[in-house]
Amino acid sequence: MITLNHYLVLSAILFTIGTAGVFLRRNIITVLLSIEIMLNAVNLTFVAAGRQFAAVDGQIIVFFVMTVAAAEAAVGLALVIALFRHRESLNPDAFTSLKW
Amino acid sequence: MDPVFIAQVALVLVVFHALLLSAAGMVWAERKVAARLQQRFGPTYTGFAGLLQPFADVFKLFFKEELRPAAADKILFYIAPIISAAAAFAAFCVVPFGPPTDFWGLLPHKIPLYVADVNVAILIVFAIASMGVYGIVLAGWSSNSKYSLLGGLRASAQMISYELSYGMSLAAVLVLANTLSLQEIVNGQSGYWFGFIPRWFVFLQPIGFAVYMIAGIAETNRAPFDFPEAEQELVAGYHTEYSSMSFAMFFLAEYVNMVTVSAVATNLFLGGWHGPFLPAWLGFLWFFLKVAAILFFYLWLRWTMPRFRYDQLMQFGWKVLLPVATLNLLATAAGVLYFGA
Amino acid sequence: MALETILFYVLGTLAVGSSLLVIGQRNPVYSVMLLIASFAALAGIYVLLDAPFTAVTQIIVYAGAIMVLFLFVVMLLNVGQEDAAEYDRSHPFNRPFVRRFGALLGIVFVAELAWAVWHVSTRQPAAIAAAAPGSVSSVREIGRVLFTDYAFPFEATSLLILVALVGAVVLARQDAE
Repeated sequence: MITLNHYLVLSAILFTIGTAGVFLRRNIITVLLSIEIMLNAVNLTFVAAGRQFAAVDGQIIVFFVMTVAAAEAAVGLALVIALFRHRESLNPDAFTSLKW
Repeated sequence: MDPVFIAQVALVLVVFHALLLSAAGMVWAERKVAARLQQRFGPTYTGFAGLLQPFADVFKLFFKEELRPAAADKILFYIAPIISAAAAFAAFCVVPFGPPTDFWGLLPHKIPLYVADVNVAILIVFAIASMGVYGIVLAGWSSNSKYSLLGGLRASAQMISYELSYGMSLAAVLVLANTLSLQEIVNGQSGYWFGFIPRWFVFLQPIGFAVYMIAGIAETNRAPFDFPEAEQELVAGYHTEYSSMSFAMFFLAEYVNMVTVSAVATNLFLGGWHGPFLPAWLGFLWFFLKVAAILFFYLWLRWTMPRFRYDQLMQFGWKVLLPVATLNLLATAAGVLYFGA
Repeated sequence: MALETILFYVLGTLAVGSSLLVIGQRNPVYSVMLLIASFAALAGIYVLLDAPFTAVTQIIVYAGAIMVLFLFVVMLLNVGQEDAAEYDRSHPFNRPFVRRFGALLGIVFVAELAWAVWHVSTRQPAAIAAAAPGSVSSVREIGRVLFTDYAFPFEATSLLILVALVGAVVLARQDAE
């Protein structure tokens, strides 16, 4: 019997994996991919909770989260391209000119 | 065993083999139609009127050597044609090709004639069509050659640009039909106006039909929009490094995509399996006839029109087709609101 | 019921496994493809949760559009994998003690979240299976609520997409000089 708890635990695991990816990876594109994993984990929580309380609002919020994720991915990748043109590197540690 | 289950498994097998045979038939039809349009005969020796020509082609391709460039990425080079072919076949699983039938009393109740029974059928066709882009882009990249990469990226950029107009024309039909299930949409097109004009959506949506056909042709990389393929004559395309069966799978995928686009167009705009003179259970014959007519139009277009240059193609997709599709959607929505259809 | 359990565990394992591989892969193209597999598994879970529209939207938007964008950028910025591996190896986060401690902290984080989640919903142990069918999952209902109760966020989202479109074009443009 699969209860709401199962879906929420799965979502928690996926969120942790996404967070670990953001911290551990030294490639900007992989960091953006890990952010997408986190957003998906949150989507799963919304849909599961929406079904539990028999409200369609869960799916509506997921619709908005997907749209925001699309916009963020587009602008983020444009930034990556612009950064790459300057430094020829995708390592976040290469962009340290604002450090004192 | 449950007879309904057996019937559904049989349906899966029949649809799969019908798609394979239709791809073979398209190979033959392409060569015959091309030949006739160019005032020559085409294949006549292999079997009656060249009907065994596609099978001869497949035999030849089987015996060719399967090459793989040493610098190519092993896994992705292998799975790219698989993704293309799988997406092409999977998109057909929600397309109904006949009225619900109980096979003359063999089954306890009527089953609909498609493989998967989903409410959101149109969206599934659209979703799987957008997955087909990956086969091309991965083929271009994994060949590890600059020309293949650029050809693959151009082809996939073209496909995702025209997906927008494709989706908009679908949305206009959804506004008219008020449902997402293809079965319901076809049922909404039964009957006649004034006794002799069938209630097909093409009469209510002529611009939508034109947009859908143009976007469908661009999606399948065919006819005037096949610059990424024709690059082979100039430079190289995304499938240059592929040989024998992998190459065959890309073309199988292309032909099956054409059949799917034609089948969905028939169901959305041309009334699916409804037609005069035949009893209801023979509706699938009308379906085949309409799909064949649209496929003939595809072939006719390819061998008659010159192809678009890539920048002309992209400009047309974004600056002409997308606004027209959007305005069509707005006009349809206004019409439905005003006339209360 | 048993089918739902099996499907949940299979799809869940696929999603978690692909995500782990995404953050563990050297080659960013493999990462993108594995993430698409993870999205497909999540779409399957949405179908299990009686949300077919969300599942199809996930495939169309995430796996079909956003990931294609990622793939294009990765393929066009063809950074050699050796540099990436070099940076990964020399980073302070990759010293052995730090890695083990980090993995331990990660597991502690998951355990904490799972414990919190489990104990929150013991007040309502209702199984998912008993949700009202049809009223939640119908696309008609989603459309109605989206355009009436959530009309303002919907319009604001369209403005957001416009801004993102303009921003992406401006940021990625090469200065003509």
